[in-house]
Amino acid sequence: MHRLAENVMHFGRVLRQAGVPVGTDRIQLALQALQVAGLESRVDFRAALAACLLDRHEHRAMFDQAFDLYWRDPDLAGRMMQMLLPQVRANNANAPPPPPENRRLGEAFSANAPPRPPQPEPPEEVQVEATLTFSERELLQRADFDTMSPDEWLQAKRALRRMKPLFEPVATRRTRPAARPGRADWRATLQAMARQGGDLLQPRWRAPRARPAPLVVLADISGSMSRYSRMLLHFTHTLARADVRVESFVFGTRLTRTTHLLRQRDPDLAVAQVVRAVQDWSGGTRISACLHQFNQQWARRTLSGRATVLLVTDGLEHGHTEALRFEMERLHKSCRRLVWLNPLLRWQGFEPKAAGIRTMLPHVDRFVPAHNLDSLEQLTRLLADDTPAGRH
Amino acid sequence: MSSNAVLPASIDDTLNLLLQHDYVAERTLATTVFLSLRLQRPLFLEGEPGTGKTEIAKTLARMLGRPLIRLQCYEGLDLAAAAYEWNYPRQMMEIRLADTSGAGREALGRDLFSERFLIRRALLQAISPDQPLPPVLLIDELDRADEPFEAFLLEVLSDFQITIPELGVVKAPEPPIVVLTSNRTREIHDAVKRRCLYHWVDFPDAAREAQILAQRVPGAPERLAAEIVAFVQRLRAVELYKLPGIAETIEWTRALMALDAVVLDPQTVNTTLGVLLKYQDDIAKVQGGEVARLLQQMRDGAQAT
Repeated sequence: MHRLAENVMHFGRVLRQAGVPVGTDRIQLALQALQVAGLESRVDFRAALAACLLDRHEHRAMFDQAFDLYWRDPDLAGRMMQMLLPQVRANNANAPPPPPENRRLGEAFSANAPPRPPQPEPPEEVQVEATLTFSERELLQRADFDTMSPDEWLQAKRALRRMKPLFEPVATRRTRPAARPGRADWRATLQAMARQGGDLLQPRWRAPRARPAPLVVLADISGSMSRYSRMLLHFTHTLARADVRVESFVFGTRLTRTTHLLRQRDPDLAVAQVVRAVQDWSGGTRISACLHQFNQQWARRTLSGRATVLLVTDGLEHGHTEALRFEMERLHKSCRRLVWLNPLLRWQGFEPKAAGIRTMLPHVDRFVPAHNLDSLEQLTRLLADDTPAGRH
Repeated sequence: MSSNAVLPASIDDTLNLLLQHDYVAERTLATTVFLSLRLQRPLFLEGEPGTGKTEIAKTLARMLGRPLIRLQCYEGLDLAAAAYEWNYPRQMMEIRLADTSGAGREALGRDLFSERFLIRRALLQAISPDQPLPPVLLIDELDRADEPFEAFLLEVLSDFQITIPELGVVKAPEPPIVVLTSNRTREIHDAVKRRCLYHWVDFPDAAREAQILAQRVPGAPERLAAEIVAFVQRLRAVELYKLPGIAETIEWTRALMALDAVVLDPQTVNTTLGVLLKYQDDIAKVQGGEVARLLQQMRDGAQAT
């Protein structure tokens, strides 16, 4: 048995290195499972391992590839029955070549490749005065993200970090103790009565608990937007640390979910991770295609009818206005409120003339600027006390 | 363990038993079910709506002769609705009685939170020690409950016990068979998934769907059933907001039989699309040209084979 155990363990490690989180407990479980499953066929063997080692449908493709590469022996079942499987070492000379289809998996298999040197962070040499004078602060607040000097950029990031976002709470179906008459809290009432030995006391009450509505950020990272979006990602990072569920996505030519990347505590590292993970940073943009992807794959999983959506884009989409209208309408219908942040609004006398913008405008609840600290601060106020506009 | 005797002995056995009880399972699903029964781990089923996740729990209950206890999740589900609640009116009455009869207040305080006043809800029922056989516990659509509820489930799922502060710990002598389902309207926390065996329930392939139809709608004309399966399979390749599930296929078959249809023709399909598709956008997209195209494709495919 121990040969098989070792192989399963190594397989688990390969999966882990390929990015599928497989804990030791799951490997143990897999070994238990293999003992009872009977190992009659490769199909069953694969199914048993999948049931134990996976917990997410997205990892299935990775698992299948890894399985085919690792357990490549065609007569696997028969040999396993005899528990004579030769031990496959991840780093020996006969290791399977890195599969062309998946870079992560390839890296996981070739464990003997030299580790990448950690990228040295450029030392922060800029000395920043902790306290700004009033007029300096005023200037910073109004400075456009696109034209900020590196120094201003640093200070803006700092200001964002200090920002304390507040969110408008929405009533949920859970309850909390309340002082005023509402729903009777029999449990607390009876407990109080029992403590007092049966004297009828004042009844206790409960009221619905309020929680901020979840927030979904969709940020355009195409060329014209990348500098704003970078700051917006910092802003999103700030929001994510508040007591609210934040899901974030970035899109250019395609949609990428970045929620997990922004969980990193350090905002600079978090944003750097997003930039590294996204292949189309500063590329072109296909708004309607990306919205379509969001609507199909994520809308029902992240919006649940209650979420506020922050859509960050300049809306400069060419052609396909019909598809764009359709996707915007769908998005608008499935969220509680749709706020469009558009840096183009910084121009005095901006008029929505572009076809894309005109198509999108009827389907948003709010159309607000997002080009400097001031506008982001206004946005937090908007999130804190606005009620869904124009919805019935 | 006494009840292990009635559990299936192998994967093949599981597959056959499920089939005998009208559930046509994929082999990988049967493997996961078998493992979850033998390892006494909860079974976590995720997948599109209408692929038969809930049905598995019902079938397991029938197949193993266990009672089925179902907890339907919803937003705001809390301890009182899922596990237990005290019978407050009765407690109140007891207090008044004690007042009038002058019984000891001390004794009353001790007695007020005893089993006598406990109302058992699904979870507590499922792990209750006083049942002949551990039941099948179905925790349906867990993604509808909010996160705080998941945290509470952790104790139930890993130790099969519930702590009632006033009473102590209630523990199942033998774990119930637990099936959790999720439609993935949101992600379930890893901590819950880690305690379970995971399986993604996919739409069935044509052969299995035909088999399911034969089992579930026995009276359907053979040709019609074959065409229905072929059509639905092709429809699932169209990019729709909500793809039709097995439940919809079955419903559609029944609807077509009620209309005395023998074969699929464009008009019948167009008028009955609402049984298959549940979004107006989807219907508008498919109705007319797309239906004709799919039917044509299907006929061509049938001739080619």
